[in-house]
This record gives sequence, C-alpha cells and structure tokens, in this order.
Amino acid sequence: MKSEETPPAAEAPAIEVSHLVKTYAGVTAVNDINFRVPRGEILGFLGPNGAGKSTTMRILTGYLPATSGHVRICGIPVADEADAAKRKLGYMPENNPLPEDMRVSEYLYFRGRLKEVPRRKLGPRIDEVLELCDLKRVRHKIIGQLSKGFRQRVGIAEAVLAEPPVIIMDEPTIGLDPHQILIVRDLIASLRGRMTVVISSHILPEIEVTCDRVLIINQGRVVAQGAPADLRREILGRSSYEIEIAGNLGSLPLVLGTIDPTLRIADEGKPGADGFRRIQLATERDDELGEALLRALVGQGLRVRALSRAQPTLEDVFLAATRRSWDAVAPPAPAAGFPHRP
Amino acid sequence: MKHFFTILSHELRMLLVSASTYIAAVMFLGLMGFIFTGILEKYSTAPQDLSPTIVFFQLFWIPVIFMVPLLTMKCLAEERRLGTIETLLTTPVTTAEVVLGKYAAAYLLYVSFWSSTYGFFYILRRFAGDQHLLDPGPIVGGYVFIAVSGLLFIAIGVLASSLSRNQAVAGIVSFGLLFALIIGGRYLADAAWIDSESLGPLKAAVDYGQVLQHYEDFTRGVVDIRELLFYATGAALALIFSILSVEVKILHS
Repeated sequence: MKSEETPPAAEAPAIEVSHLVKTYAGVTAVNDINFRVPRGEILGFLGPNGAGKSTTMRILTGYLPATSGHVRICGIPVADEADAAKRKLGYMPENNPLPEDMRVSEYLYFRGRLKEVPRRKLGPRIDEVLELCDLKRVRHKIIGQLSKGFRQRVGIAEAVLAEPPVIIMDEPTIGLDPHQILIVRDLIASLRGRMTVVISSHILPEIEVTCDRVLIINQGRVVAQGAPADLRREILGRSSYEIEIAGNLGSLPLVLGTIDPTLRIADEGKPGADGFRRIQLATERDDELGEALLRALVGQGLRVRALSRAQPTLEDVFLAATRRSWDAVAPPAPAAGFPHRP
Repeated sequence: MKHFFTILSHELRMLLVSASTYIAAVMFLGLMGFIFTGILEKYSTAPQDLSPTIVFFQLFWIPVIFMVPLLTMKCLAEERRLGTIETLLTTPVTTAEVVLGKYAAAYLLYVSFWSSTYGFFYILRRFAGDQHLLDPGPIVGGYVFIAVSGLLFIAIGVLASSLSRNQAVAGIVSFGLLFALIIGGRYLADAAWIDSESLGPLKAAVDYGQVLQHYEDFTRGVVDIRELLFYATGAALALIFSILSVEVKILHS
C-alpha cells in the first residue's frame, strides 16, 4: 500500500481530512472540507440540517466513498485500507439503528465478535461497558422494548465496546430528555483523553459544554473552527452590555466616549411607565468595563437600575457563522447542502 | 471470510428465536402432512403407476414458492429498513460475508424443514409394515434434489430481499421469480411458438432450465452434472447480484 507518505501510526493525528468532496447525482453535499483532530480531543460538529454533517461522518467511517479527497484515521487511509481503518473506529449512526428483537447483552456480544474482540476478553469487557453506560439493569431486556434513553446508551456502549481510538457519533443526544442528556454528556466527557470523539449535534449548549473544539459547517463547507471561546471572539468580535437607565440621556454618548472610545449605543429601548429604558452597548474591548461604566453613569446623575454583561453563546456564533456563509455561497448553489436521501 | 461464521450463527440464532420461523415450520409440516395423507389414501383405494414418494416430492414447488419468500424476505430488506446495515458494514465485515452468512442461515433452515418431513416416511415404515411403498431410491433422490435446488431458490429469495427495503415487496418479488422459474419454464417449454426454427437457442435454454424435469431425473437416480451446475452457477450468480445490489444501494443512499 501507499505507506511511504503515511506517518507512523503512533504520531499520526486521529483524524485527518483533506480536500474532501462528495457529490450525489450532481448535488455537492460536502465541498472541499479540511480538518485534523489530534488524539484524545473531543470535536463537535455543528451545522444546520442538510449541511453535510452525516455525509462527512459516513465518509469518515468508510461507509460511503468520497468523490475526491483523502481521509486518514490514525494515519490509515480509509479508501485504500478500509478494513484496517474500520478496526480503529466506533460508530453510532444518526437515529441509532438497533435490531429490535435481540437482548442487550446478546447484541453487544455479537457486535464484539464482529469487531474482533477476543472471545476471552469479550465477557468482562461487556460487563465494563454496561457499567459505564449504566445499563446493568436492562442487560437481559429486548432492545425493541427499551425506552429511547436506554437505546441511545446501548448505541454508545456499542460504539466504545472494542475500545477504538476514534469514536464517531451522529447526534447522540437527539430525542433525549434533559436528565438523559446530562448522563450522555458525562459519558462522553469520561472518554476525554483516552479516545478521540467526534460528535455532531445542533443542540449548541451540548457541544459547548462537552467539546474541546467546534467545527461549524454549512452547505458542505467549513465556515468556522476552533475552541468555543475563540470562536465567540472571532465571529462576534466584541462584548456587549445591557443597562436599564433613567434620566436625561442626551449626554450619554459623550459619557460613553470617555470610558472607552469604541463604546457606543447599539440599541435603545422605549422608556417604560417608570421612566427606565433598556439600552444595549457594544464595545471592541474584551476586558471588563462594568465598574467604570457604572461609576461614570452614576457620576452624571443618571439612575441605573441594572447592568449586565451579555455573554454571546455558541448559539450566536453558530447563527452568525452560518448566516455569513449563507450570504457568501447562496447565489450559485440553491440546492447545495441537501443530499438526496430516498 | 473471518466473520462468516459469526454472522451465520447470529442469523441462525435470530431465526430460531423468532416466532415467524415456528409459524412457517408448523404450516409447512401441516401442508406436507396433508399432502402425504392424501397420497396415501389415494394409494390405499387403487393401485397407481408411480411410487408415492415420487408423487410426494413432485409437489415440492408448492411449499417452495411460499416458504422461500417467507424465510428470506426479511434478511437484507429489514437491515436496510432499520438502518442496521450501516452499523454492520462499519465493522471490519465485507458485504460478501454479510450476504453469504444470511444466505447460509436461511439455507440451513430450509434444509432442516425439509429433512423433518422424513418423519412421515419413518412413521409409514414403522406402522404400515408394508415396504413396497417405500422405495429408498426416490427418497434419497428426492432429498438430494431438494438440497441442490434449494441452493438456487434461497439465493433467489436473498436477491429479492436485497432489491427492496420493504419486506412485502421483497416477498412478492421472490414469489414471482420462483413461480416464473419453476412453473413459467414449464409453460414456456410447452408453448407452440417456441418450437420455430429461429428460436432454437432459446428453446435449448428453456429446456435446460426445466426444474420439474430435473426433479424427475433425480428421482430416477440420474444425477446429471449439468443439472448440478445449473443450480450451483444460478445460486452463485444470484448471490453476486445480491452483493452488488447491497453495495450499489449504499452508494445511492
């Protein structure tokens, strides 16, 4: 095989994707995606529906062939050595398909055999993942009768069963209640450092809490990537404050200028019955201006009732990033990013 | 082929725990018992030309066109409908192993259903005390024919199952294909228009594929290598198409 350019498996990044393109019958679902995931990192894959998340994940697992480009899992090219690459992977597809008429432990045993876990080690390993995913109570139950939360955890148990270095999960928390989401989140966090995890989701707080790094894709392109905090700064670029204030506001812009030259009024609300109005301020500065702001406003004889610093969430980042890319690529490709699924 | 036996044993296990297998088995044995009793009653009233064994196996096509779709329609269609084919094929398993494992499981079940009909002959021998009805030749020939032709029939069922994600569609397609192969071939051979000079090669092909004729040869003790080859190559072809069909449908999914 083509091993001369492949770095030794021990140093290779867990996932390496270069110039990945996938077209379905003329529609480009994935358009020249590049990214690397170092070992032990948890990567969040964000994007609106039809952005190409599932398609990219399926190509990573070798289930779908790419139209062009390269994917390496732990240095192994997926297209050329599919079997070797699949041994490095645990995968949970979208909607977590499971056979209806098997018992949980039977299913895990069967999957373990397929993933070439030695028969001797399989029994103890199944006990271990059942414990990890809190499935001991239902190990003899039939999968078709389990609730959604249990089924989801069976899917995760199955993905981690063979202790693969790379785990790919397509929307692992979809359809779960907040309590179950918490359990799944802890479960994923417990894999940090030991395994490389790629999860996709459009539940943003989910990704923000769990992931070390976020990759936002839209219409088959990577529109932003980085740590959640960096992305926030990069895309939104500044912090903003909200104050509730009453009094003569004519001098307000001047006062703001003395605190910080870039501080300005972004939005001004109508005064309420009690004379207080809500005002939003934006600044280019990253550091805290709250105290200075409060002192200056009170010093001018204005009555301040509330001051808060607005933290842009990943949601804002996501909306900003996807909107930005929408504007950029919308005209030439009206249908792009919606892979045809019969 | 490392995973072939893993999939085979898993499939056999799933077939043995599913209720539909037992319903199919009861209906099969009920039908065959009914036919067998009918034949014996006929033979007890008047002497007949043929051995009752030959007449019994002659009706093999009735259970075949119903049983084979029932046994095989689920195997690949269900995997695709549930989406479990995706989890299956992202393990180090090849499509060929999956298809062959499922095929072998269905075939073993089919053969074991048929072999349980040997009980009829055993009971007759035990209680009739009359050996002339039980010529061992046709019994052996009949079972060998069932085992050999089953290779092709089950493969056709698997192929039909690979074509659709809907079990019912897969079942009807396989019913139709089996009916065309067994009964349609017979009608085609009898049709007058096929005797014309210009259709000579077609006529030869149709004559070669006469399943009912093959059966008669087997029960007479003529095991023709060409007939064995017909079923073996037919089965191989159907399985290759099944594997390709599964892979193509992934590409276009």
